[in-house]
Amino acid sequence: MSRIDLNKNWDYSEALEGTNHIRLKEKYNLFIDGVFVEPASKHYFKTTNPATGEVISKIAEAGKIDVDLAVKSARKAFKSWSKLNPKERGKYIFRIARMIQEKAKEFAVIESMDGGKPIRESRDIDIPLAANHFFYYAGWADKLEYAFSHQTPKPLGVAGQIIPWNFPLLMAAWKIAPALACGNTIVLKPAETTSLTCLKLAEVIEESGLPKGVVNIVTGAGETGSEIVAHPNIDKIAFTGSTAVGKLIQETIAGTDKRSTLELGGKGANIIFEDAALDQAVEGIINAIFFNQGHVCCAGSRLFVQENISEVVIEKLKDRMSSLVLGNPLDKNTDIGAINSREQLKTIKDYIKLGKKEGGKIYQSECEIPAKGNWCPPTLFLNVSQSSRIVQEEIFGPVLSIQTFRTMEEVIEKANNTPFGLSAGVWTEKGSKIFKLTKELNAGVVWANTYNKFDATSPFGGFKESGIGREGGLHGLKAYLKFDS
Amino acid sequence: MKRIDVLKTYKIFIGGKFPRTESGRYSQIKDDAGELLANMCLCSRKDFRNAVVVARKAQKKWQSTSALNKGQILYRIAELLEGRKAQFIDELMMTGSSRKQAKAEVELSIDRLIYYAGWSDKFQQIFSSVNPVSSSHFNFSTLQPMGVISVIAPNDFSLLGLISVVAPLIVGGNSCVVLASEINPMISISFAEVINTSDVPHGVVNILTGKRKELVSHFASHKDVNAIIYCGDSNEEIYEIEMLSVENLKRVKIYKRIDWERKNGQSPYFIEKFQEIKTIWHPTKV
Repeated sequence: MSRIDLNKNWDYSEALEGTNHIRLKEKYNLFIDGVFVEPASKHYFKTTNPATGEVISKIAEAGKIDVDLAVKSARKAFKSWSKLNPKERGKYIFRIARMIQEKAKEFAVIESMDGGKPIRESRDIDIPLAANHFFYYAGWADKLEYAFSHQTPKPLGVAGQIIPWNFPLLMAAWKIAPALACGNTIVLKPAETTSLTCLKLAEVIEESGLPKGVVNIVTGAGETGSEIVAHPNIDKIAFTGSTAVGKLIQETIAGTDKRSTLELGGKGANIIFEDAALDQAVEGIINAIFFNQGHVCCAGSRLFVQENISEVVIEKLKDRMSSLVLGNPLDKNTDIGAINSREQLKTIKDYIKLGKKEGGKIYQSECEIPAKGNWCPPTLFLNVSQSSRIVQEEIFGPVLSIQTFRTMEEVIEKANNTPFGLSAGVWTEKGSKIFKLTKELNAGVVWANTYNKFDATSPFGGFKESGIGREGGLHGLKAYLKFDS
Repeated sequence: MKRIDVLKTYKIFIGGKFPRTESGRYSQIKDDAGELLANMCLCSRKDFRNAVVVARKAQKKWQSTSALNKGQILYRIAELLEGRKAQFIDELMMTGSSRKQAKAEVELSIDRLIYYAGWSDKFQQIFSSVNPVSSSHFNFSTLQPMGVISVIAPNDFSLLGLISVVAPLIVGGNSCVVLASEINPMISISFAEVINTSDVPHGVVNILTGKRKELVSHFASHKDVNAIIYCGDSNEEIYEIEMLSVENLKRVKIYKRIDWERKNGQSPYFIEKFQEIKTIWHPTKV
């Protein structure tokens, strides 16, 4: 086997994205009823750059009173927003899509500063996809009856939306765009470590002239979220986050008329057969687990390699891992950015420790770790089994576990043997094998000969404990409508 | 000499067999005049768990049965029910329906089976999509049955309600464990006999009789059940079901006041409710 000489020096020159064009305030208030207001508690928390530890800005912490105000404003706005001519409703959403595109670079830089993800990803994936979601759903606003034949779709009312820190602006777009298109109003809470792009989105919404109160953005941590979930005047909860919190939400709303859609955790199986195009597959495996530092609910965190090619694949994986560039998220060469928070870094490190204790054989690429900030090098574990906790549980970091298999039936059973069911990957050059696997894998999204691809037109969401409902595409509309029956 | 009637023993329906409840308990169903009609099984948690095991086993194969074949099997149920129309009308009259009501309910039940038989190879076409993604990929979304569904069947319309709830489930490739109408459970067991002679694979439909109060919690909490349907309006039971379903994030569907006789008692949306959307991507760039 010929190999690239990796002993040569492969340094890249720094290619930093500038930050002097971005506009950030020293502190951010809550966006309620179309204006930025101070929180009742007057309390603000710091948001930091996870790559440097520097404080970027201060964010208002919303409490019960603020959430209540936001819900009241959304309830009031619902009356006219839901009655507005759907065509006009759509035009507002189109406008928001365009304004995100206009400010795309600023959004991308802030996303990388606040969340730690490589600028290459925020620039090429997060921000354009967020704009596309608004653009896609804008067009649905006046066409809903075509999506649900023989039914009369109606908006639900006020939607409470709680989103995670791994794709801050994109998740806001996934939630806000379909809700607005269907005629609902919104109280949205971003994750406490990544509020900034949502607050910049609030500015865009203000500038777009969207009627006051249609979108309200309240910032804060878990407690603010529980105020939203428990609020009696909210009709629907849309949540993206951990399975544990998703279950708490379901318990809180049990017995009420509140509806919910949940997009929760996963432990994606990525299956590589002996007849796969190996180099493409290896590239795909890398992207499946190390994209966004592995902070991805649908990450391909369980690799299954057919036994007879396992040595070659693992060798190629290690080679590729050693060429990944870890460092400053704002450097255009960076492949692996910073871990989003100190807490998450601890969780990942604990799992790595556990993996070793369970008898796993660890390999980490030897990259230079910056002195400041939160970092975790790309990691893989061999010698693990189905029962290992690092194979069963979601780590939400750049940690891949590798198992081997012999037959197709065996790997299908192993892949499905998890309480999750969000995503899976299949690598083979044989078409019938792809369709057999995609049919039998119990997962909401199956990528064949690719991985971690997203699109506004493509429904996303999980089976089993990975969630309830779909976001994106035509199927994503249903989460924000009710039907007379 | 007066002929002595042969009375029917009603048992339960699990995996294509008609066992008695393992609990050995029974409840008596009487007609309006107080005459004993039947001793019905009072099923236990163990009966339910046994039924889930066979339902899970049957579901995998049933899911991969062709849509055409599923449709023909549902049609076959309707054929057999049509052949036993007189018996079913009589049985409904035993439990208080007028002849006119009973006839209407049985006929509508048969027609409803035919309605869903016809959907078997069509609903997928209505609800799937090819998604025009911006990157060079072919992307489509298709439906997959949720799996094993536990069903608390309607108390009223003991035949029509049962068929209206179960037919869309099974035509979509799910298997189910049903708690029959608590008020009029007899006819559900007669219907089980029809199912059992109509090519429905054993274990796809399982029917238990017993008390909601005793069984709802087990129907909701079982970890190998993917979804639950509750037909009724007890807020207490709905709360209990929603709480107990959290552990494995069971999908919960509440049918509060659906009038199964009306036109909106049937639609492909009853099939769609118990399908998961699966989206598949493949590159198009060579």
